[in-house]
Amino acid sequence: MADQTTNPIAFVADGTIPPSPPPASQTGIIKWMRENLFSGVTNTILTVLSLMLIYVLLRNTLPWILNGVWNADSLAQCREILDGKTGACFAVLTERWHQLIYGFKYPDDAYWRPNLAFVLMLVAAAPVLFFDLPRKMLLFTALYPFVAFWLIWGGAIMVPVVALLGCVAAGAVFQKFGRNSFATGFFGAIIVALVVWNVGGALIPEDANEGAMLSAVPSRDLGGFMLNLMLGVTCVSLSLPLGIALALGRQSDMPLIKWVCVIFIEFIRGVPLITLLFVASVMLAYFFPPDSTVDLFLRVVIMITMFSAAYIAEVIRGGLAALPRGQYEAADSLGLDYPQAMRLIILPQALKISIPGIVNVAVGLFKDTTLVSVISMFDLVGMIRGPILASTEWNGVYWELLGFAALLFFVVCYGISQYSQWLERRLATDHH
Amino acid sequence: MKKSVILGAATIAGLAAGAAVAGTVDDVKARGKLNCGVTTGLVGFAAPDANGEWKGFDVSLCRAVAAAVLGDASAVEFVPTTGKTRFTALASGEIDMLARNTTWTFSRDVDLKFEFTGVNYYDGQGFMVPKALGVSSAKELDGATVCIQTGTTTELNLADFFRSNNISYEPVPIETNAEAQQQYLAGACDVYTTDASGLAATRATFENPGDHVLLPEIISKEPLGPLVRHGDHEWGDVVRWTLNALVSAEELGVTSANIDEMAAGTDNPEVNRLLGTEGTLGEMLGLDADWAAKAIKAGGNYGEIFAQNIGEETPIGLARGLNAQWTEGGLLYSPPFR
Repeated sequence: MADQTTNPIAFVADGTIPPSPPPASQTGIIKWMRENLFSGVTNTILTVLSLMLIYVLLRNTLPWILNGVWNADSLAQCREILDGKTGACFAVLTERWHQLIYGFKYPDDAYWRPNLAFVLMLVAAAPVLFFDLPRKMLLFTALYPFVAFWLIWGGAIMVPVVALLGCVAAGAVFQKFGRNSFATGFFGAIIVALVVWNVGGALIPEDANEGAMLSAVPSRDLGGFMLNLMLGVTCVSLSLPLGIALALGRQSDMPLIKWVCVIFIEFIRGVPLITLLFVASVMLAYFFPPDSTVDLFLRVVIMITMFSAAYIAEVIRGGLAALPRGQYEAADSLGLDYPQAMRLIILPQALKISIPGIVNVAVGLFKDTTLVSVISMFDLVGMIRGPILASTEWNGVYWELLGFAALLFFVVCYGISQYSQWLERRLATDHH
Repeated sequence: MKKSVILGAATIAGLAAGAAVAGTVDDVKARGKLNCGVTTGLVGFAAPDANGEWKGFDVSLCRAVAAAVLGDASAVEFVPTTGKTRFTALASGEIDMLARNTTWTFSRDVDLKFEFTGVNYYDGQGFMVPKALGVSSAKELDGATVCIQTGTTTELNLADFFRSNNISYEPVPIETNAEAQQQYLAGACDVYTTDASGLAATRATFENPGDHVLLPEIISKEPLGPLVRHGDHEWGDVVRWTLNALVSAEELGVTSANIDEMAAGTDNPEVNRLLGTEGTLGEMLGLDADWAAKAIKAGGNYGEIFAQNIGEETPIGLARGLNAQWTEGGLLYSPPFR
């Protein structure tokens, strides 16, 4: 033991030194700020300026929002409550909430119908948007347009049932004959659908709308953000297949189809949407006798769908052009015919490339639905510009109303954009 | 919806001929509803309230016509029209009459083939300035900046007025009334000019309406009135004389309060003829004998309608001015009911 005490080495570490905390300037929030905000003279100046800007913005807007009045009957009363202080008059939103969402003529005991249609829309859209969900749900998606039509417009249940029967009959005919000859199946389906609709339409009695389970609501009574959503959803979902057909038609070898598609696309793209809407609302009235006009909502849907289909067709044509020639040749060498090659090889790749462009068109289209306010339909913007700002109570409230409209549109459009980014990541097959 | 498409397409030929022959009065009676074109929203003149009921000065005229023809003031389908769609809506037969603060001008009456059936509001272009400017007449506005809506008759009127008075101004072009309010309040222009009724309505929305004054000069004539299509004179007469009945009722002291009493018969033969207890005026129009009484009951006489929607008791606070009865220095002058 003695020689151990005379060990010439004075100190032996029997473990590692405990780590000391990093210097204060190299850790936590301070480090982050040094690296990201104050890493140089220029950046420091920019940071300070930005902070000042944010401060000024918040100083002006925060009291306005926080002081907001939520319960008042008119702008004058709002101002009375505020008593000279800055503050928003959000009371217009609470008082006219139903008008902003549903328009001013939709019967108030029927608000549950569009609400239910909206919830069902989410269910119906889910299997289309997220393809991990069970495929059986697509059955409901196929039924959804008819259910939604019945819920929102109400009236005789026979109308959507006949429409559905027509579509089912057309689908059956196409299944049977489309395999051998596309043209026979296609035109046969159209003829069968028209026959079913005509016969069914004739069978529905004229007064079927009276005493129906859901009271009938004419299209003129639709309004508010509901109208924007309806137009947006209908037109996007209709214009996507139409756009694909136009894009393929434009690349077709058959001159007639090719030129019909080219002229359609170039004409529609060369005309402003607002002109088309005016034609839909004003000019068509001259061509029909006064009592039997085509429903205004339907006219507008047709015009907006044609407009966005032309744009989507060009986006998809870009996607088709981006595919290497080898893909087409590969499909041919496998012995696939045209529909198979398109369905299995070309379109899946072309559509994937086109997603950002398609979403761009869809978002633009959704915002363009506010243009219907110029043809005196009361969508969200039409409600604000027309009835609400023209009431003696709320004339003069601009920021609150238009800010609310902007917020609603932002939520929807941002949602669409986030979905498309998820979809791009999900479909990414190129490995880095 | 699909059904109406098919039916519509199939029956174009059949209905086209029939629609042209029948008169509008019969059409309205058969339909049981009056299709009345109104604005998509103008303070005091036409706007739906919080319950979705259309209210306003022009709306009351539609209701009066519906009451006269159908006996029911609520049997009106209000068709909102914009400045751009109003004339085509009327010409195409989508609406039976247009009551949409429309100025009666030569070209609209003659060239566009419409028939103005009277004037329900005499408007004119005016000026609004901040009180702090210390101006009491438009002739003192030399060198002022003026907010003006582009592409309207007001723009031309303004140029004429300043040139004939030999004073200069600087126009600030703006697109809509909403934009004008913001620009004017922000001080981008010293003066805002548009129709006097619009100025009053705009001023009523300001936080401090007392800080702004309307100058006394009215520099243009803007007679606003209801109109119908050319050629259907029976229908034009119905609309014209409904408006005249409302004006006459005020002149004769018939109000919605005392009309039941007066309809029982009075000493004044003109009142009796108006309310249908004497003579056959209703029959001549193809309506019931008490058509005018129903029209007046719908919303009161002209004075009551004015007071209720745009008069001095309302936030808009318009004085009667030119729209007073001729006996009180205004221009309202209904031809006699005889």
